[in-house]
Amino acid sequence: MFDFLSDYNDPSLLGAFWMTVKLTAVSGLGSLIWGTLLAAMRVSPVPLMRGFGTAYVNIVRNIPLTVIIIFTSLGLADVFGVTLGASDFKVQGFRLAILGLVGYTAAFVCEAIRSGINTVPMGQAEAARAIGLTFSQTLRLIILPQAFRSVIGPLANVLIALTKNTTVAAAIGVAEAAYLMKAMIENEAQTLLIGAIFAFGFVVLTLPTGLFLGWLSKRLAVKR
Amino acid sequence: MSSVLYDAPGPRAKRRNVVLSVVFVALLALLVWFVWDAMDGKGQLEWALWKPFTESNAWSTYLLPGLANTLKAAALAMVIALPLGAVFGISRLSDHLSVRLPAAWVVEFFRAIPVLLLMLFANEFYDRWTNVTTEQRPIYAVVTGLVLYNASVLAEIVRAGILALPKGQSEAAMAIGLRKNQTMRTILLPQAVTAMLPAIVSQLVVIVKDTALGGVMIGFTELLNARGTLAANYGNPIPSFVIVAIIYIILNFILTSFASWLEQRLRRSKKGTGAVLSADEVEELNPAAVQGSFGTGAGGTI
Repeated sequence: MFDFLSDYNDPSLLGAFWMTVKLTAVSGLGSLIWGTLLAAMRVSPVPLMRGFGTAYVNIVRNIPLTVIIIFTSLGLADVFGVTLGASDFKVQGFRLAILGLVGYTAAFVCEAIRSGINTVPMGQAEAARAIGLTFSQTLRLIILPQAFRSVIGPLANVLIALTKNTTVAAAIGVAEAAYLMKAMIENEAQTLLIGAIFAFGFVVLTLPTGLFLGWLSKRLAVKR
Repeated sequence: MSSVLYDAPGPRAKRRNVVLSVVFVALLALLVWFVWDAMDGKGQLEWALWKPFTESNAWSTYLLPGLANTLKAAALAMVIALPLGAVFGISRLSDHLSVRLPAAWVVEFFRAIPVLLLMLFANEFYDRWTNVTTEQRPIYAVVTGLVLYNASVLAEIVRAGILALPKGQSEAAMAIGLRKNQTMRTILLPQAVTAMLPAIVSQLVVIVKDTALGGVMIGFTELLNARGTLAANYGNPIPSFVIVAIIYIILNFILTSFASWLEQRLRRSKKGTGAVLSADEVEELNPAAVQGSFGTGAGGTI
């Protein structure tokens, strides 16, 4: 029943899901960094930075991820020759997909963190300013540590959505789970079985993440 | 100008802000120049590549039919997913474990799976076991995938909408002797639907964005797919991407603005219980925080 699985070696089933995990991990980390920077811009005292942050989030959020990912390949790579230092096509696709995923997901990370900043009581920032901390000190030492603890729940949502969104990378030929599923389901007769295998794979990836981060967010929530 | 994080700027802060603004503008200008130069270098700024978009042919042959298909698939998916979502959302609130548990499994299962997998599976399913024609198959597959995923997201929205209503509503209904079924049908659901409207409109943005997946992966001729044909015909990859992105941005911006207008209007209105559910609140309700949710969270809006 599972014989056909051994016909697929490039990628193999485990290899494809490992690619999904790699895409999720790297772009998760990237979008956390870029999203935090964007959130800092959106709350900064400099009007221009606020404007840039707002514009970025509103533009990127409204473009389908598929358009962004396809653009990285057909636009950035094919027209502008952006290869991100990759020598072969596979690595290039992987890096371009990460670029697209980071750019897209960061907008959602930014919004999650900004909503977290809004949950920190006014008195915290006022007290920080009263003892003479500067804007960046207030943000770094007082606001963000509290904000991060209250946004673990929303960020977990973004991470799970990102795990599922990595499947879009199949559109530019990154050999991850959806890519393998497309190849298998078109060539093999066991449609239902293949559907079940890949569905199970994603449940295995998202369910523990959701449960663990849900538990963590409850545990770390700032008690007020 | 002040916020949680800073006071109204004094003389030193003002000076620093000006310096930061200048540096930031310089960086932005550098970026714009860099992009402009790259576009110019590859000849993507030439008028010949942009000119098709000022003529009716590019629109009537490629973009508008594509956009029409995008909207058709999104509308169909929403119309079919709403009643399904309502059924599952209400089932999850049932008093009977035998109804509540299966509904919860179905909802959590379809929320945990990428919509692309559902589309790929539906595409193959229609190919193998039904006699849907090859031309019709992509839209069937796209709508099926979107319905399965969004019905489960909408189920959570419905559940959250009903839970957001004040407890007094169902208590009063029970006090005047309505049955559970009557309470749900005549008291809770009508109010919950009003409260949910902003969240439902926001979900429409997600659906519109997800239709693009069908264009690339299973050959559904929606807007992004039409862009490919257009670019092949006019040889203008970058301009076509820019125009298509702008169309998506405008379309989704209208939907988002409508949702927030609706939300504000409902919050202001004196009728009803004042319970309103915005997209953000649904997202916060989604993670394992809600009792009975297994934690396959995943915000509806990304």
